[in-house]
Amino acid sequence: MINFGYKRNESATLDLDVDNSELYKKLLKEEPSAATCISCGTCASTCSTGQFTDFNLRKIMLLCKRGDTQSLEPIINRCMLCGKCQFACPKGLNTRHIVLILNKHLHAGKIS
Amino acid sequence: MQERLASSFDPFVLPYTIGLVFILTYLFIALIRVVKALPNDDKFKLLKHIFSLKIFKSGWEIFMECLLHRKIWKKNWTLGYMHTAFAFGWFLLIIWGHLEVNIFAPHRLNLPWYPIFFRYFMMETETTLQGSFFFFMMDLTLLYVLSGLVLAIYKRFRRKAFGMKRTTKLRWNDQVAMYALWAIFPLRFLAESFYSEISGGSFLTAGVGSIFHWFYNFTENEIYIRPIWWAYSISLGVFFIMLPWSRYTHILSEPLFIIMRNAGIREEHRNSGYGKVEIYSCSRCGICLDPCQLVSVASLRDSAAINYTRHLRLWKSAKAHQAASTCLMCNRCTKACPVGVDTAALKLNTKHELVNLHTEKQYDYLNTSVKDISTPLNALTLSGAEATDVDVIYFAGCMTHLTPATKLAMTKILEASGERFNFIDAEGSICCGRPVLLAGARKSADELIKKNTELFNQIHAKTLVTSCPICYKFFKENYALNMRVLHHSQYIQELLKIGKIKINPTTAKIVFHDPCELGRNSGVYDEPREVLKSVGQLQSTAYDGDESLCCGHSIAAEALPYRKRRVMSDDVVEKLTTNNPDILATACPACKKAFSETNKIEVKDLAEIVAENLV
Ligand code: SF4
Ligand code: SF4
Ligand code: SF4
Ligand code: SF4
Repeated sequence: MINFGYKRNESATLDLDVDNSELYKKLLKEEPSAATCISCGTCASTCSTGQFTDFNLRKIMLLCKRGDTQSLEPIINRCMLCGKCQFACPKGLNTRHIVLILNKHLHAGKIS
Repeated sequence: MQERLASSFDPFVLPYTIGLVFILTYLFIALIRVVKALPNDDKFKLLKHIFSLKIFKSGWEIFMECLLHRKIWKKNWTLGYMHTAFAFGWFLLIIWGHLEVNIFAPHRLNLPWYPIFFRYFMMETETTLQGSFFFFMMDLTLLYVLSGLVLAIYKRFRRKAFGMKRTTKLRWNDQVAMYALWAIFPLRFLAESFYSEISGGSFLTAGVGSIFHWFYNFTENEIYIRPIWWAYSISLGVFFIMLPWSRYTHILSEPLFIIMRNAGIREEHRNSGYGKVEIYSCSRCGICLDPCQLVSVASLRDSAAINYTRHLRLWKSAKAHQAASTCLMCNRCTKACPVGVDTAALKLNTKHELVNLHTEKQYDYLNTSVKDISTPLNALTLSGAEATDVDVIYFAGCMTHLTPATKLAMTKILEASGERFNFIDAEGSICCGRPVLLAGARKSADELIKKNTELFNQIHAKTLVTSCPICYKFFKENYALNMRVLHHSQYIQELLKIGKIKINPTTAKIVFHDPCELGRNSGVYDEPREVLKSVGQLQSTAYDGDESLCCGHSIAAEALPYRKRRVMSDDVVEKLTTNNPDILATACPACKKAFSETNKIEVKDLAEIVAENLV
């Protein structure tokens, strides 16, 4: 099989009845640059963790915006914080800070 | 010399005595708390140090730094003179006072106020001149301290004369303590001058005293000049009581800090007593303000070392964390600090207290075999015997993959040298772990260290070469590898020296930017310069060596906004290119990326310049 460098994800349902933007609002407050993400995917294509898992910062930004904290929680700390995405991001997002903030809120009190 | 008064007490000594008792009690309690907070092995280190000959070395250092302020002299003579005049001058006054009591009134040694108000209680007799030596020394020393005071006041208006563009902004508590300190010496001078007709004095006090006397005969009406002794005593008392709540706490903590540091104690344990002593040893001198680019270029004064230590003192942990996560960890402040406060280590601890990413599952993918996740990488397991028998492992580093010219240049150089090498992360890698450590997650970093160590040690190479100074520092200091670790600048210099590669010199004018992690934080300054000298004309700048600037894109400052980083990079490029060089060379992918974006000058990694000019 030809490796195109990306994987197909399972299809998911977007439930617009539920609005849970609390986490996203917290994120914007602590790291305002998060609002400027254009979902270009540059971060995901250069990601060190993305080589081994389906960790994908672009997707994380989308999940966060949608309020899908359930899907975020188990994967957010898989990032190695290497910083490649931050150097590559065309909009200059503080991507590592975003990962750290999301981790703080999602895992508050859950990890020792 | 004889006692002038039958009583050895006067109510005006009370403010001073209360202040003294307070500060001694405070010191005693603080000392016990600090030592108690030390982990047991550190307590042991401290004891061992105190009862060894090395304690003399600490004593000497305390004398040189706390009293003579040697490091401040190195920065600026006027500033050094000012600090020494206060510290050493005051120390001498105390010594003279005690000697006088010792010689002339030994039975009064148990009264703590006696040496301080000696001239009130004692007087010079007509027949002996025994006291004149001390009178002279006292006056000379007092003049010395007063000259420092004049400079201190002058500094508040014209700090440029002291080599400082910026100085500390004082809070009310610092102000009260400072004005009390400033008042002590003029008041003492006045009190002793007024009394010089009664108890004697030397050139300064007696001289000025006789002028006062000419106006009015105070000796007859002593009652009018008593308030001046009260004022002198009160200023001392206020200073002592404000001491623990002001910048002057460092007078108490700095000697202990020096002893602990020399005992080999380091800030590795959270909330250890050492950290507390270190924070309180910051004298808020403000010397670290000018070197910090966050202050001078990015207008983030709150993040400077001096303000970070203040946040910690005031228990403002959110602010401290904010300062820690915008700090570049460039260590320009630490190099400049006369006290040697290692704020970078403290900041890492602040982050460590608040950040934890680690769970069992965090990096479980490191242990899945490559086949399971169908990636074409050799980064997690090594396959094939050919890879394990080499001279050199080349590890480009995550970031170098974003500046591919560097890794291509390195491949070219390695091939030309004829060394057998394994480009271990040619198709990707896992991170070295320093970025996650700098974010405060030590346990997570440990997992990455473990995995990388396993990988590297499987190969029987002599040398590990990396193109990233961040990886270099971490491999060298936090890994236990079976091979030596070199940054590519060091490796290229070695290849040139032993003649494994040769280059055609060019006439290009090159300026070199020292990356923080390679230069100030690892001490590698010479090798990159030697390499560049052999390939072009290396120009020097005002920012060479320890003076080098941070490119602004440090991985440590996770919360520093992009536009702040940009202004810093632009500023550095501006400063480095004043002599119109052809090439701005560096040796770090992050610096390269930061500078390239300014589009002002050709930016190259030194490996590229070498690879282009290989024979
Ligand atoms: S590279 Fe930056 S802008 Fe693009 S998706 Fe990632 S975070 Fe968003
Ligand atoms: S910092 Fe995290 S998200 Fe960004 S490239 Fe590295 S591993 Fe991927
Ligand atoms: S950290 Fe050092 S240089 Fe900065 S104010 Fe404190 S003592 Fe002075
Ligand atoms: S390490 Fe650098 S950025 Fe951080 S406070 Fe010191 S001088 Fe400023």
